[in-house]
Amino acid sequence: MTQDAIRQRERRVGWWLITPALLVLLLVFAYPIGRAFWLSLFEQNLGTELTAEFNGLGNYARLFGDGRFWRSLWNTSVFTLVSIVLELVLGMAIALVLDKSFRGRGLVRTAALIPWALPTAVMGLAWAWIFNDQFGVVNDILGRIGLISEPITWLGDPFRAMLALIIADVWKTTPFIAIILLAGLQSISSDLYEAHSIDGANPVQSFFQITLPLLAPQILIALLFRFAQAFGIFDLVQVMTGGGPAGATEVVSIYIYATVRRYLDFGYGAALVVVTFLLLIIAVAIVGYLLSKTRINVTGER
Amino acid sequence: MATLSLENLRKQFAPKVVPVKDITLTVKDGEFLTLLGPSGCGKSTLLRLIAGLETPTKGTVKVGEKNLNKVPPGDRDMAMVFQSYALYPHMTVAENIGASLKLRKTPTDEIKHRVGEVAHRLGIEHLLDRKPGQLSGGQRQRVALARALVRNPDVFLLDEPLSNLDALLREQVRADLKQLFRSQNKPVVYVTHDQTEAMTLSSKVAVLKDGVVQQLDSPDRIYTHPSNQFVAGFVGSPQMNLITLRCENNHAIMGDFKLKLPNLTRNPSKVVMGIRPEDLAVASSEDAQTIQGKVFLSEQLGREELISLNVHGSEDIVLRSLVPSDHDWEGDAITLMIPPHKTHWFDIETGERLNREDYSPPVDSVPATAQNRAE
Repeated sequence: MTQDAIRQRERRVGWWLITPALLVLLLVFAYPIGRAFWLSLFEQNLGTELTAEFNGLGNYARLFGDGRFWRSLWNTSVFTLVSIVLELVLGMAIALVLDKSFRGRGLVRTAALIPWALPTAVMGLAWAWIFNDQFGVVNDILGRIGLISEPITWLGDPFRAMLALIIADVWKTTPFIAIILLAGLQSISSDLYEAHSIDGANPVQSFFQITLPLLAPQILIALLFRFAQAFGIFDLVQVMTGGGPAGATEVVSIYIYATVRRYLDFGYGAALVVVTFLLLIIAVAIVGYLLSKTRINVTGER
Repeated sequence: MATLSLENLRKQFAPKVVPVKDITLTVKDGEFLTLLGPSGCGKSTLLRLIAGLETPTKGTVKVGEKNLNKVPPGDRDMAMVFQSYALYPHMTVAENIGASLKLRKTPTDEIKHRVGEVAHRLGIEHLLDRKPGQLSGGQRQRVALARALVRNPDVFLLDEPLSNLDALLREQVRADLKQLFRSQNKPVVYVTHDQTEAMTLSSKVAVLKDGVVQQLDSPDRIYTHPSNQFVAGFVGSPQMNLITLRCENNHAIMGDFKLKLPNLTRNPSKVVMGIRPEDLAVASSEDAQTIQGKVFLSEQLGREELISLNVHGSEDIVLRSLVPSDHDWEGDAITLMIPPHKTHWFDIETGERLNREDYSPPVDSVPATAQNRAE
């Protein structure tokens, strides 16, 4: 048999072998995505009519004029951006501490993961109580140290409700980022720091010139995960504020949920899902591109 | 113009972990000191103490008259080449070499000039824009060297810089290193476990064991006059024959043969005799002191043949000897002469050298051995 024939046969066997995986992927990814897009082309509101009517891109046109959608997108962006930045900074600080060896490090490392391991709905309830205006711990502490004279409403005020959500989210997901960054930190050889210190660098210079650049892949991976998660946040908001007050914390997921489940507007809900999905894909693609670039940058290998 | 001196240096990590016990030595301009020893002898820790990566438990590190104990590594004006090279993977070769200058706020033009100069000297100009990940082992090694040279430091420290190279390249780089550092005329401290590197490169060798200097001497003195059994066995390949013998009226008994003991500092009942394989020659008729034995193994080395023999009258004594490879000795009986002036005698308990020789070592290389033994 010739070389070509062998190769061709191998390729054929290869296709047979990946067929099951491909079928599963089509079933769980391609079909729902396609179905959602198809649905988004129809007007189907179970509240007003039972038959679906083809509407072309009508739902998308409606979306452009929908102030509530844009507002939810804005809320989502604020929430995502602020929480990710805070989480990165705090996560880095925690990772740097955990990277040092000290007594009881294993214990601290495990304890640090607890917030991340808690079910979001449970910790969301806890935070809702913490921020409760009459019985909450936050108001109590602030009152005792004299920062406020009267209890403040946290979850009833547009700005403070968002702040409370962000604090709760930062508390929950900082450990996750810290662990990812810690893995990166531990892969950096101590020789590099020693060589750098002999070269005359102080610890701050070493952090910015050695640690940060070499940690870029982990930072981007953490960013990617957190972006996807924060952009689709639902459970925490649903439990703590339900999107209120007056829509001030209504994120995209909450709006979509309301559209579909409360107003039973399936067609329009599908259009919202498709647009959100595309935005996410674009963001992920950008981060993925940056990631592949930093890989090259760090290792020098293509 | 600097002299690196270590005074009673000690490093203790835990009550029982003392990698460096009490080391005193000096390295002058243009001197190339090699710290030689097996792994775990404290040689790397000693180098790290000099660099300032570890702080001494006791004792001082000085350059000239300046005590460096409280000076951070970056301000010591020492350059170090790491075993792993420790190149910054995210920087280009040029940035790697120039990193120390940049940290010292040297003007960009000067950095460029000096990096170019040192790269030219080491033949790595064509690599300046690459990242370390794209370089071969030998090229990385050169970049690491360049990074040390570009600083023009007071002292050079090298931690097994050749151990990651393959054998052929190592030999070539070794020769380059020797020339390079000869032209620098600065104190160099070089750590290795490879005796060939130590012998070929150094002007002084300190043989270390368990954190104590066993002998501090010129390479040829280390080879010809090992100060104790450890040094004798560690330096030299093939290894020196070290054989425990019984003594009787000024003679050591080896099987059926008697070897005359020289005038020793002590007269023990048992003694360790050391003789290098190349110092055992096939005897001719006029040789006074000979032994006979049966060759049971011969190993061809090319130029010579390494034979192992049992001495007549004592089957458990094995001697190894380098003989011309013009004859297959295996299974033959052989007569070897033992030249008295090339025979070393060691104390069986302390390992101390027993035969004095008519030689007074240079002044600055005496103290270490004498003092350190006290520990």
